Amino acid sequence: MGEKLLLTGDEAVARGAWEAGLEFASAYPGTPSTEILENLALYKPDVYAEWAPNEKVALESAIGASLAGVRALAAMKHVGVNVAADPLFTFSYTGVTGGMVLVSADDPGLHSSQNEQDNRNYAQAAKVLMLEPADSAECLAFTKLAFGLSERFDTPVLLRMTTRVCHSKSLVETGERVTVPAVPYEKKIQKYVMTPANARVRRAFLVDRYKDELAFAEKEALEAGINRIEWGTPAEGSERVGVVSAGVAYQYAKEVFGEEASYLKLGITWPMPVETVRDFASKVDKLYVVEEVDPYMEDRIKAAGIDCIGKAVIPEWDELNTDIVRKSVTGEAAATLTSELAPVPRPPALCAGCPHRGLFYALSKRKDIIITGDIGCYTLGSAPPLSAMHTTFCMGGSISTGHGASKALAKSGSDLKIVAVIGDSTFFHTGVNSLMNVTYNSSKIVAVILDNRITAMTGQQENPGTGYTLQGDVAPEIDIPKLVEAIGIKKENIWTVNPLKLDETNAAIDAALAADGPAVVVTKWPCVLKKLTGEDVDRYKALGTKCYVDQELCKNCKICTKTGCVAIYNSDHVEINEEMCTGCTLCAQTCPFDAIKER
Amino acid sequence: MSNTKAILLVGVGGQGTILASKILSEGLVAAGYDVKMSEIHGMSQRGGNVSTQIRYGDKVYSPIVGKGEADVIVSFEVMEALRWVEFLKPGGGYIINDNEIPSVPILMGAAKYPEGILADLSAKARTRIIDANAIAEKLGNKQTQNIVLLGAAIRALSEAGDTALAGIDWDGIIAKNVKEKFVDVNKKALQEGMAAN
Repeated sequence: MGEKLLLTGDEAVARGAWEAGLEFASAYPGTPSTEILENLALYKPDVYAEWAPNEKVALESAIGASLAGVRALAAMKHVGVNVAADPLFTFSYTGVTGGMVLVSADDPGLHSSQNEQDNRNYAQAAKVLMLEPADSAECLAFTKLAFGLSERFDTPVLLRMTTRVCHSKSLVETGERVTVPAVPYEKKIQKYVMTPANARVRRAFLVDRYKDELAFAEKEALEAGINRIEWGTPAEGSERVGVVSAGVAYQYAKEVFGEEASYLKLGITWPMPVETVRDFASKVDKLYVVEEVDPYMEDRIKAAGIDCIGKAVIPEWDELNTDIVRKSVTGEAAATLTSELAPVPRPPALCAGCPHRGLFYALSKRKDIIITGDIGCYTLGSAPPLSAMHTTFCMGGSISTGHGASKALAKSGSDLKIVAVIGDSTFFHTGVNSLMNVTYNSSKIVAVILDNRITAMTGQQENPGTGYTLQGDVAPEIDIPKLVEAIGIKKENIWTVNPLKLDETNAAIDAALAADGPAVVVTKWPCVLKKLTGEDVDRYKALGTKCYVDQELCKNCKICTKTGCVAIYNSDHVEINEEMCTGCTLCAQTCPFDAIKER
Repeated sequence: MSNTKAILLVGVGGQGTILASKILSEGLVAAGYDVKMSEIHGMSQRGGNVSTQIRYGDKVYSPIVGKGEADVIVSFEVMEALRWVEFLKPGGGYIINDNEIPSVPILMGAAKYPEGILADLSAKARTRIIDANAIAEKLGNKQTQNIVLLGAAIRALSEAGDTALAGIDWDGIIAKNVKEKFVDVNKKALQEGMAAN
């Protein structure tokens, strides 16, 4: 019997996948998608779920599970799909054996991302059927539906979510799990070996598949309520307004246009059912298209010769909300209270006691280096007062951008040196390939691998270096110094330090910068938020004590505040908030007057 | 839509806004409402400002609270109450924890914590100021400040005419959401919050 639960979209996708008989799931963590796999992991042993080192590996593993005959899922944030795009585009050609769903969690408004790309464009580019849920109930229903569609049309299905769908809770009605027997393996070389000759045949198949999917989107999907029309009751004498929308934008449209307007709410947005739109448009006087980010639907509707109002009034970047949609459409803004006082911004910062702070403090004192950076909590090392990261693009990019910059600097006779900064999980993600390029093509950079024993930014996930899997099994820990040595970094050019010990860290950076050839410094200390395992406690003795400023000795030089520690309060004098202080003693190590003491 | 009510819980990462809003929304579901709740994770957890948005009524569409729409704003920190002032419905009410947490620019000495926030907001809107930290400390568990504030929020919603909330088994929902050894202290915290003036 179904239960009514308040679930996030991520939880509902996990539930829906479990109900659909999912057997295999893989992902690399990425906000706002991370909780899908974390929740799927709880369905052990029904579902096998794992963290992959990156999104490409996650998708390829799910592809393997599908062709071995079971229902499989891969989940990732929008930029993760870039990493996984290579297998995706060709998997679209081969199609599936067991149903396969790829979840893309987009982040309009860049709450926790480096860009705002609209992954609906991938559906058309890779020619994969796309579903867009608008709340948790649809997350559950569409996930279940997606596996069936995947098997019916022989295609991977893209389930496109956004931050507000992933992280908003709404009511869902749960169901039971169905058991889907594994399809016995059959060798199908023409289907699964994409040599040009075979791929041409599959390419032709895509043309027919598209026609079938389009027919489904236009007719069956409408009958089944996957796409649906809600007719409004316009006030007498007023024009009939119609709204085409999908995903969370539909919710904002409903708030703004109310019950007077009519809605074509699309669940399938690739193939785009333009004839359904045409028919709907013919029954209204004015047609709006309300969608977040790109004019994805609008472009297709206009290309079909249907008049509509979309991005001419609604912004094509940033997250939408009811206020923005209302103001765009009606020009009306809500009555609000105001204050003459201005709040001071509250940007995120490295935690008190964060081991990364020691490294960035050490780097911040050096003028002759370019610090190429990567994606993780440690990207906050770019913020003042540390300001010790000068570039960040994508996962794993620090070492390779550093390599290219170092070659260019050497060629132009510059004395600047490169320090590439990358987290443990990010190094395993794609940084390791970049380091191969450094040794193979011999650039003289220093790669600092920030090994905080966990994937921290996305909320403490295990990775190939932590010794545990997603579902709690013990795993071998990748030995980073051994790995980089195998890649070709000379043993004498590898240092492992505790980054909260400034002397040790500075000495290693000095030596690494002076080294003959590329060098690696591993800063090894657990994330201050990490729930320490038994081994951790043995290896990393808990600090425990607190620091305080001896006001008698303090000369108010403020050097300690340059660490950017959030437990240090700098007003007319300097104080330490002992509730936040973890006793890492970094500030004490910077004090020239020994005025910071341990309790 | 028209009968939809909105609550914002705002604060600083790590203050327990998420647990408080989870308990509140489960209670609202038990009272038979359609409920949507939205929160932002990720980068904002690292000491940045956090918000949880709850909308409930017969049928709720948007999961996000619009400007001028919040019936109640529960602010776990003084400056955060100011940050969200435009979201309070004219005639709506504030519950503000009397707790100032300086943000990074203030810690660095690059900005000053604004003075007179409580007086300013009290003059503009119905405002109940609660020292939830002191109450929680008195109960012997500082972490329960979030549940003290939740108690105050439930009382404010009840006083605003939401009679369904009084009949909800809040203790039962707390028991479902916190570790067994912390159930009693959280139940007490809720009572204290409901009673606080």
